[in-house]
Amino acid sequence: MPDNAIVVTQELVLDEQLRYSLVEVCDYCRIGRDDIMEMIEEGIAEPEGSSWEDWRFSARALKRLQLALRLQRDLRVNAAGAALALDLLEELEQLRRHAQDTRHLS
Amino acid sequence: MQFKDYYQIMGISRDASQEEIKRTYRKLARKYHPDVSKEADAEERFKEINEAYEVLQNKERRAAYDRLASGRRAGESFQPPPDWHFEFHGDIPEEAAHGVFSDFFETLFGDAMRERAGQHRSVWNRPMPGQDRRLRLQIDLELAYRGGTQTVTLSTPEIDGQGRIAHKDRTLNIKIPCGVREGQHICLPRLGSPGLHGGPAGDLYLEIRFKPHPWFHAEGRDVYLDLPVTPWEAALGTVVTVKTPGDARLELRIPPGSQTGRKLRLKGKGLPGDPPGDLYAKLRVVAPPADNERARSLYQQLAQAIPFNPRASMEI
Repeated sequence: MPDNAIVVTQELVLDEQLRYSLVEVCDYCRIGRDDIMEMIEEGIAEPEGSSWEDWRFSARALKRLQLALRLQRDLRVNAAGAALALDLLEELEQLRRHAQDTRHLS
Repeated sequence: MQFKDYYQIMGISRDASQEEIKRTYRKLARKYHPDVSKEADAEERFKEINEAYEVLQNKERRAAYDRLASGRRAGESFQPPPDWHFEFHGDIPEEAAHGVFSDFFETLFGDAMRERAGQHRSVWNRPMPGQDRRLRLQIDLELAYRGGTQTVTLSTPEIDGQGRIAHKDRTLNIKIPCGVREGQHICLPRLGSPGLHGGPAGDLYLEIRFKPHPWFHAEGRDVYLDLPVTPWEAALGTVVTVKTPGDARLELRIPPGSQTGRKLRLKGKGLPGDPPGDLYAKLRVVAPPADNERARSLYQQLAQAIPFNPRASMEI
């Protein structure tokens, strides 16, 4: 085997069926609870559960939080701006899929 | 090593003002941000732009670079002059320390950054976790049906005992689970950027995308098949054989009176899983060309035998 080859065995698919606690989400995002709370207030993620102690986040929520963080860090937008960008990006993705689908038929 | 023209990378002239550099950077960052951009090489471009900006936005770095750059062109072979010395003041860019930037940047500014870090025992000397990396991984839809291994080569920064950074190509054999869907992330712990001063490495996230396929496309667990049929197959109904991306052959009954756009469901034949997705055959009626006398005469007979106005609803 060449010396630059790594065989990866330790991998994890972030599946929609998995749920993450607030502590796990903080760990994955490498930020504190307050920053997560702020993004939840902006509607970036909607955890299941009534109080933060038993919040459960979906893989989609985790992805949105991570993406929002990158937008805030790299493009200097605030949480509200990131929330808007996320919603527009999702819409754009749907439109692109639709366009691709229509091209398929023509 | 190749010389990098940071002005060319940002598309600005060498006498651009600091204001112009900043404005151009913001614009390019929005355009090529890997999460926002639809450009295929967005990740590479975004890194290049950040590196160029990191040098040009700082007056000392820019002046030192300008002295070096005069008379050189992008892509030409480059070795730093023997008297090259750069002293670092001000903040150390985080990306640079984590080896996100190129070996060219590292050669010019790496030693100076480490010197500065040595003088100021600060945040900089504490263990710092590496950054997460994200990449899009294009796989064949067929691979998602059966699961297997996908080989990926990626350039990874490595930090040696002296703290110097160099990029090496690494080959990863990534296990693709059966039934993986587009947009799902595979997390490979500790394969992101290396940590500093004993900090843990970041994680590598691979976002699954399917390579465009001439007749299949997936939406979530469901897979769509663009299925061409003849006008008589659509009108009279028939049974055709279709092949799933998993290479299973299936008999599909096309009901009489079908039209283009009709979706026929093959339950459970989409992407495997619990529950599995469905496979939808979307009919597309294709008429044979009238490219010989016999075909033209048959079309004429059809036109006379079946008067039909497909534009009736337009009242034309």
